[in-house]
Amino acid sequence: MLRLERVHTFYGPIEALRGIDIHIERGEIVSLIGSNGAGKSTCLMTISGILHPAGGRVVFKGDDLTGASPHAIVRMGISQVPEGRRIFPKLTVFENLEMGAFLRRGNFGELLEYVYRLFPVLKERARQYGGTLSGGEQQMLAIARALMSRPDVLLLDEPSLGLAPIMVSRIFRTIEEINKEGVTVLLVEQNARAALKLSHRGYVIESGAISLHGNSDELLHNEKVRHAYLGE
Amino acid sequence: MLLQQIINGLTLGSVYALIALGYTMVYGILELINFAHGEIYMLGAYLGIILLGFFTAIGLTSYSLTLSIILTLVLTVIFCSSYGFTIEKIAYKPLRKAPRLSPLISAIGVSIFLQNYVMLTQGATDKVFPQLFGDRGIEFFSTRVSFLQGAIIAVAAAVMLVLHAFVSRTRMGKAIRAVAQDKTMASLVGINIDMVISVTFIIGSGLAAIAGVMVAMYYGLVNYFIGYSAGIKAFTAAVLGGIGSIPGAMFGGILLGLIEGLGASYISSEYKDAYAFIILIIILLLKPEGLLGKASEEKI
Repeated sequence: MLRLERVHTFYGPIEALRGIDIHIERGEIVSLIGSNGAGKSTCLMTISGILHPAGGRVVFKGDDLTGASPHAIVRMGISQVPEGRRIFPKLTVFENLEMGAFLRRGNFGELLEYVYRLFPVLKERARQYGGTLSGGEQQMLAIARALMSRPDVLLLDEPSLGLAPIMVSRIFRTIEEINKEGVTVLLVEQNARAALKLSHRGYVIESGAISLHGNSDELLHNEKVRHAYLGE
Repeated sequence: MLLQQIINGLTLGSVYALIALGYTMVYGILELINFAHGEIYMLGAYLGIILLGFFTAIGLTSYSLTLSIILTLVLTVIFCSSYGFTIEKIAYKPLRKAPRLSPLISAIGVSIFLQNYVMLTQGATDKVFPQLFGDRGIEFFSTRVSFLQGAIIAVAAAVMLVLHAFVSRTRMGKAIRAVAQDKTMASLVGINIDMVISVTFIIGSGLAAIAGVMVAMYYGLVNYFIGYSAGIKAFTAAVLGGIGSIPGAMFGGILLGLIEGLGASYISSEYKDAYAFIILIIILLLKPEGLLGKASEEKI
């Protein structure tokens, strides 16, 4: 469904991605784990068209996305929840959701009902400014906003960052639920254990290159992964 | 006397507010001071004179003055908006990733170009605006509000109300606010940033066009350099209210007009043009974020 082929991306003068290959099939949850600065966010920003690869291609449902503009990529069905959530602070919760549905890929009323069912707190907070929400609520809003474009693929960048453990497990359960409804998920995480437990397959990225990939179970038991990312 | 100066100040201030909105909206989105904005206003004033002269010649103004003015405003708005749109595409868009000084220099270049272009095609002397309203007006408490003053204040207020409704209610208006808050995130939800920037330039230029026509009618004459001082004063108004803030620009414009009107009559009219800059200096020293602006937060 989504394939990165030998993608090289520069972040300023630094070659942040050094020829990575990733493929994601329809209906999967795939996690991408790695340490700070390994190139995880660069990878998502390249898929979303914010950064353009210097070499290689990004292919989605058979179409070459390389060089397409970010809004064209959203229109094709890839939506991203970026690191740090990036809620529009001076728009209300409802307006943030409206912006998520900017391209009107689905029925607005139905989608709104769907995300309110996933996160009832957003309905209560609908008239509040996005900037006034707590971290966990902002994460819910960020995911809800991304779902408002009715994506086929959801890219999640560090959804657990800075959240209390109880909120992390809630967010992860919701990701699982969204996936069961047919949305393919690419999950970038530093919380490798939680990510691998949730996902079907995983990739390990190290200084801009994929060093390991396989089924999540295998990775959870891999000696190197256990040592470097699970702290065992 | 006081009431008279307040009316005069309001008239001038609502024009400053209209121009200031163009500065503040563009700044809100691109963090660029569009120094060519005053010239758009000047172009509006010129086209207003040309069109009203034409309508007088063909007899439309004696048939219906209201229709002539509405037609003039509409055509001027279309003309100036297409200028604003084109300037952004030619002079700013190619420099979007350049250091911040480059688009600023480009803006000054466009400003000089437009002034000289108008001077060459329209001549360096003042052009006189047709006197269409005679002396009509109303008087109360020994204060005189001319028909034109009333119309300027009413039109400016109506335009600002429409703008406010547009920005707070419509999908495109919300997209403009979203882009001003976080450009990258706005593109990640599928907003076409280039389109929003173009719409912002079109709206800002349209507002300046309306201001241009109205001021030309008010003062009765235009020349190729009126954009400079009006531009600088409107910019001051935008900074006074808090640059990037739409209500700030409206408030700042009206406040500046009042200060100028009152200062000219109670302190000295010789220094009429200096008040704006005195205010600018005071604001930059004491409250650089402006009266309604927020101190910019450190982005993480």
